[in-house]
Amino acid sequence: MSLLEVEDLAIHFGGVKAVDGVSFAVEAGEVFSIIGPNGAGKSTIFNLISRLYKPTRGKIMFDGRDITPLQAHEIAPLGLARTFQNIELFDHSTVLDNLLMGRHTHRSTNWVQDMLFVPAVRRAERAHRRKVEDVIEFLELEAYRDKLIAGLPYGVRKVVEIGRALAVGPKLILLDEPASGLSVEESQEVAYWIEDMRRDMGLTVLMVEHDMSLVTQVSDRVLAVANGQPLAQGSPAEVQSDPRVMAAYLGTEVYT
Amino acid sequence: MKVIFKTSYDNDIDLHEDGWARGRIALLVVVMAALPFLVGEYYLAEAANTLIWSLAGMGLMVLVGHTGQASLGHAAFLAIGAYTDVALMNIGVPWIISFPLAGLATGLFGALVAIPAVRMSGIYLAIATLALFVIVEEMVILLEPITGGVGGLMAPSIEIFGVNFDRYTNLNNFYWLCLAVVVAVTWLYANLLRSPTGRSFLAVRDSEVSARALGINITRTRALAFGLSCGMTGLAGSLLGHYIAYFNYELFSVFISINLLLVVTIGGLGFIQGAFMGAILITAVPQLIAILRGTVNDLTGIDLSVLPGLDTLIFSAILIGFIIYEPAGLWGRWLKTRVWFQLFPLARRDMFRRQKSYLKTERQR
Amino acid sequence: MELIQLVIGGVASGCIYGLVALGFVLIYKATEGVNFAQGDMMMLGAFVALGLVNSDYGALAFVPGVILAAAIMGGVGYGIDRLVVRQIIGQPQFALVILTIALGFVLRFAAGTIWGFSPLVLETPFAGQHMEIAGIIIGYEDMVTIIVTALLTLLLWVFFGFTRIGLAAQAASQNQMAAYIVGVPVHRINSLIWGLSGVVSTIAGVLYASKGAIDPNIGLLGIKAFAAAVIGGFGSLPGALLGGILIGVVEPVAARYLPGGISQMSPYIIMLAVLVTRPNGLFAQIYAKKV
Repeated sequence: MSLLEVEDLAIHFGGVKAVDGVSFAVEAGEVFSIIGPNGAGKSTIFNLISRLYKPTRGKIMFDGRDITPLQAHEIAPLGLARTFQNIELFDHSTVLDNLLMGRHTHRSTNWVQDMLFVPAVRRAERAHRRKVEDVIEFLELEAYRDKLIAGLPYGVRKVVEIGRALAVGPKLILLDEPASGLSVEESQEVAYWIEDMRRDMGLTVLMVEHDMSLVTQVSDRVLAVANGQPLAQGSPAEVQSDPRVMAAYLGTEVYT
Repeated sequence: MKVIFKTSYDNDIDLHEDGWARGRIALLVVVMAALPFLVGEYYLAEAANTLIWSLAGMGLMVLVGHTGQASLGHAAFLAIGAYTDVALMNIGVPWIISFPLAGLATGLFGALVAIPAVRMSGIYLAIATLALFVIVEEMVILLEPITGGVGGLMAPSIEIFGVNFDRYTNLNNFYWLCLAVVVAVTWLYANLLRSPTGRSFLAVRDSEVSARALGINITRTRALAFGLSCGMTGLAGSLLGHYIAYFNYELFSVFISINLLLVVTIGGLGFIQGAFMGAILITAVPQLIAILRGTVNDLTGIDLSVLPGLDTLIFSAILIGFIIYEPAGLWGRWLKTRVWFQLFPLARRDMFRRQKSYLKTERQR
Repeated sequence: MELIQLVIGGVASGCIYGLVALGFVLIYKATEGVNFAQGDMMMLGAFVALGLVNSDYGALAFVPGVILAAAIMGGVGYGIDRLVVRQIIGQPQFALVILTIALGFVLRFAAGTIWGFSPLVLETPFAGQHMEIAGIIIGYEDMVTIIVTALLTLLLWVFFGFTRIGLAAQAASQNQMAAYIVGVPVHRINSLIWGLSGVVSTIAGVLYASKGAIDPNIGLLGIKAFAAAVIGGFGSLPGALLGGILIGVVEPVAARYLPGGISQMSPYIIMLAVLVTRPNGLFAQIYAKKV
């Protein structure tokens, strides 16, 4: 059984069919990428999976469970974390606090205990901190630990965004354009991290990305979408050579 | 510049960064506790007033500063706290029980109101709280048997295990009582901020979408913040009732709500210390104005008291000045000044320059 | 018969709420900010008109006096935006709320210092006159209020829907940066809208003053107008007006037929009910943020 199964997913905003009949399955332990021209509905698929949008039609199964009726905040506890394309960090907190906020689904104390700061809270805080330090070490964020997000360069924020999703301790991580706006060196680094996430952490990665070199380098399978509809699915090489995909990128109509 | 060598995660978890910081806070509390022996009755009463304002300010700070929700009607919660406390005491409940119950009742009321209210965002919530304020004010007048209606009522004097804490006959005791409550609430608040609950508040404030994506239940978090905020404000209201001793609905006017906003904005949004700075300012400025008025009268013979509302004008001017030139408030100013001294002479003028920003709409159409 | 009488009076006072609410909505539509000093701008507008028209002050003729007052208040509105509000662009919405509340106090202080805090009456040519249709007495001031409001709403609708400046203002409200890049003078448009809202509130103030005495605290009526704007959905000009009329009608009817106290609470109860059932108002124009 696949880790994530999306069946006939569709969302219509008024008359606009942003996503229309997309189906795919992500197997545990693979890196799966969604590509497509701007406005193809890639980020919308992510927003549907993380339940920020309510689908017009279709079903999303995660880990053998139908998550379509769940609310947005009920997704992360199942082990599904995500990043945002336009960086949605907590600007007025430090990097460390941002990562600690990623540990929310693992909190074991309630607000009364928190206010009294009973010993259990301190123990839990230490445990969260150890997990977060692992993430900091993995992403080499040590130098920025106590810095406020508001003052950080774009590239670092992008990494913190990935770090916060990793701090959730997910089974599946959704990366929304992790390399957009990064330099060649920085996106190469992202490629290494994605490989490490899969190999060392046993994570499954679902990614939306424009940078084809990154996609080819790390993906096991690729789904191409255009105008909200699936075009082709397969290995990176297969999808790239598919005439319909080429047509979608070049903007010509396809007659079949 | 002081460098702290952290040796354990506990350095970051603890309330204070080192022994010095801890010592400073302890010293402050000791000085505050010794105040009755240092100043006269008039200033002691003012100090108690400042403490009560700080408490109410902290209540609003939870909401405005730490969860990013605005309330223009917090005076309503002061009123609920004050009236609940007095009503319970009038049916024979001792203060030691009626006081926490007043806070609890206000908090519960706030949380209940919040559940529909938190679905609204930003400006709508502010307006809803304003409407709630007007409704509570009318209810206070209507519920005459409990609240004394327009005539008002007398707050009974506080007695705990035979010790009297009346504001007029035993001001020292009353002051210490206020101080104890404020210290306790401050401690709870500071704990909250370093715990997962506090982080979830900040998360909701700074980015609602990512908070949801991280598994934070926005509605519950906001309702909790609203409830805690109202609870603290309710406690402050109950102390305020005892401080004023004889009050009616006019004590909790819309101006009080606005003064409370002034406390948190001028003090510094997002800092507990800000609530205290703001409270000091708001209780000190009327005194300063009175002194100034006297001096001007003596020197020039111009009687400024013919201009009613001069106080509010000065408050408004201060507020406008702060919003335009120092949105981080008094505490933010102090932090910047401190950094300037620590780096002296290396601080640059542009270090705290605010980024030029544009209004980006949250509307899609 | 009595009910009809109440409703007509209610529609007239509702028009005044509606006009102040229009002022809110104008500024909100253009700048996405909420001007909590709107009620006080209305108050100041009424006083400026009184200062120009009344025989012991300016002693101008009524219509030129009101037009001059509207022009002055337009300047005041423009100036407030130019000198104060523009300084805080980019700060959270909440900052503007506090800023305008403070500005309201400043305006109230100014009016109190110039004209005093005791109630004054604006001399109008139609004071105390009325007509009778089928046994229903309609005061001239109510008639004038309703007609002027209808005309003004029509004008504003044309302004936003069809004029260059109106369209530019709508563009600026949706994305200041983008509007700026395509050549919309965002800052000037914002100031113009503030000026326009000053004019509208002056007219509201004059209509209000034609029905009774005014003092510097009548600005608190702004809170009720606010409720009207919210009921109408805050982005909608006709919505604001309808919200105002609804409140204006419900208030006297509730005072007549329901137990005491309910009438004062009624605008807010309606508003809360609307907010709870339709969190973005009856004529919602606001959608969720895009990620």
